[in-house]
Amino acid sequence: MAAASNNPPLLEVKNLRVEFPTRRGTLLAVDDVSFDIAPGEVLGVVGESGAGKSLTGNAIIGLLEPPGRIAGGEVKLEGRRIDNLPYEEMRKVRGARIGAIFQDPLTSLNPLYSIGRQLIETIQTHLPLSGAQARKRALDLLKEVGIPGAESRIDHYPHQFSGGMRQRVVIALALCADPRLIVADEPTTALDVSIQAQIIALLKKLCREHQTAVMLVTHDMGVIAETADRVAVMYAGRIAEIGPVRDVVKHAKHPYTKGLMGSIPSLGVRHDKLTQIDGAMPRLTEIPPGCAFNPRCTFRGQRCMVERPNLMSAGASRAACWLHDRGGVGAPVTKELVDA
Amino acid sequence: MIAFILRRMLQSIAVLLAVGLVAFSLFRYVGDPINAMVGQDTSMEDRALLREKLGLNDSPPVQFLRFIVNAARGNFGLSYRTSEPVGRLIAERIPATLELSFCAAAFALFIGIPMGVYTGLYPRHWSSRLFQAVSLIGISLPTFLIGILLILIFAVSLHWLPSFGRGETVQIGWWTTNFLTISGLKALILPSITLGLFQLTLLMRLVRSEMLEVMRTDYIKFARARGLTNRAINFGHALKNTLVPVITVTGLQLGSLIAFAIVTETVFAWPGIGQLFIQSVQFSDIPVMAAYLLLIGLLFVVINLVVDLLYFVVDPRLRSQGGAARVSGH
Repeated sequence: MAAASNNPPLLEVKNLRVEFPTRRGTLLAVDDVSFDIAPGEVLGVVGESGAGKSLTGNAIIGLLEPPGRIAGGEVKLEGRRIDNLPYEEMRKVRGARIGAIFQDPLTSLNPLYSIGRQLIETIQTHLPLSGAQARKRALDLLKEVGIPGAESRIDHYPHQFSGGMRQRVVIALALCADPRLIVADEPTTALDVSIQAQIIALLKKLCREHQTAVMLVTHDMGVIAETADRVAVMYAGRIAEIGPVRDVVKHAKHPYTKGLMGSIPSLGVRHDKLTQIDGAMPRLTEIPPGCAFNPRCTFRGQRCMVERPNLMSAGASRAACWLHDRGGVGAPVTKELVDA
Repeated sequence: MIAFILRRMLQSIAVLLAVGLVAFSLFRYVGDPINAMVGQDTSMEDRALLREKLGLNDSPPVQFLRFIVNAARGNFGLSYRTSEPVGRLIAERIPATLELSFCAAAFALFIGIPMGVYTGLYPRHWSSRLFQAVSLIGISLPTFLIGILLILIFAVSLHWLPSFGRGETVQIGWWTTNFLTISGLKALILPSITLGLFQLTLLMRLVRSEMLEVMRTDYIKFARARGLTNRAINFGHALKNTLVPVITVTGLQLGSLIAFAIVTETVFAWPGIGQLFIQSVQFSDIPVMAAYLLLIGLLFVVINLVVDLLYFVVDPRLRSQGGAARVSGH
């Protein structure tokens, strides 16, 4: 279900910059990030903690926590700019055109209201339905996300549901007004492994049925490999590599992605020790000049130390790495990274 | 639910018995009531007769039992000072105190909570900072000083409002009310502000800090992500989640408004039970003091019971746990 390239994209993010003013200067947490999501497409966004993936998601739904702010670039949904909308206009987009799912289902629901009330409230905020119609829709949604005995469960309170069931309710809440895009920020991180697979399968099924696109933010490559059509790998606030999921997983073009894939254990192969990338992602205050990954990169050359690479074509993907510069000025080209 | 209420009522009765014991021991240890009742030239025989007549020669447990049984019937005996029934003295005075406390509580609630919500939602706004600073004054100035300052400004200098008394009151049955005359209403203003100001600032600061905390929670962020209106988020989702601590404090403060209106009533010469209590202390009028003690004990017990029941109304997590658990944060 790869994105058809002739369709206009549903979401366009261009040169997005998110910064945090602090006492000791401004931190650039998301730096010049651009990507598209096609209608119905699932884009996975992976990266370590602090790579800027959640902030990118929050910037798209317009819920950056102050003092964080969008410092540049633009976000377009269905051809309309949404990053500079007044609060009230953006409120009507949230929930209606873009749904959101957060990490922890245990804290995403208001403990004092029944789930039915929270669903009906959301439905009636965005759709012109009567109380009875909204309740009917809420019931349908609960059945759709697989809550057994929805009729009796609708008036229950969040604490009466398990974590997995609550995340199903959260998904139903995100789907209330049939949005075109769902930003799912680590939707399974807080759940048991066995529940994770169910939730991911549910999300995948619902989005296929509703033709809803998903921006799936996670640090779990397994989830991405299973769910996403394309994947963007983020590192220190920038996209290191973006491309179809199979290419990125099997034929990583960026040394960082390569390292990331190497750190996933595979079944049936005996590992004495998992590969890991030496060092840690730099703090936002200490990003080195040139390529941000250069201190940890085994392929680095002179150019990587001084000049920052932008995304460039590398086979079916695009990678921000000088190895793929057609001029070939960078480090000695390694065959395994360049060959498509 | 029913079991919970019954358990709480049994606890309440135990608390009241303990308060009754304290009240009763007042009689035993605060001087000899006979001395306070009779003149210096009363003969020893008359004193002994009186002692026998009042039942003061019985053993303490018997006297305590008699005291509790009488108290339960609303019979607190005769005042040493005026020789009137204590029950009637209190009934005469209590409307004044209740009306004053009611106005002070309304003043604190209807101004304190909205101010707390506002300063919690916009903590950086200059007016929020101003409220915060002014609330420090309210919380740190002693009540009598506020009362005297208000009298100085609005009664002495501006002549807008009376400085003492209830003004004209209207009698409805045994209840006398301030609410039906202009002078009665005017007389309520200064004492209500004096009495309620501390509670107002306390509530404001409590609601503010609770709001700040709730606004940071995931479910508020998720409510925003669902595109709910600000009004629904601020007053539906956020405010309701601040209610449990607010109800607790409001309940306790309501009790202390009535119980400790003493200072305000003294400053404004307000003819309530606080003033009655002060007079009784001056005259060692033990029956009145004991009755006052029991009344305040009863008040606190009732308010706490109501507060506990309100928790159930607000928080569904308690309802399903059979009331055994207490609210344990969010």
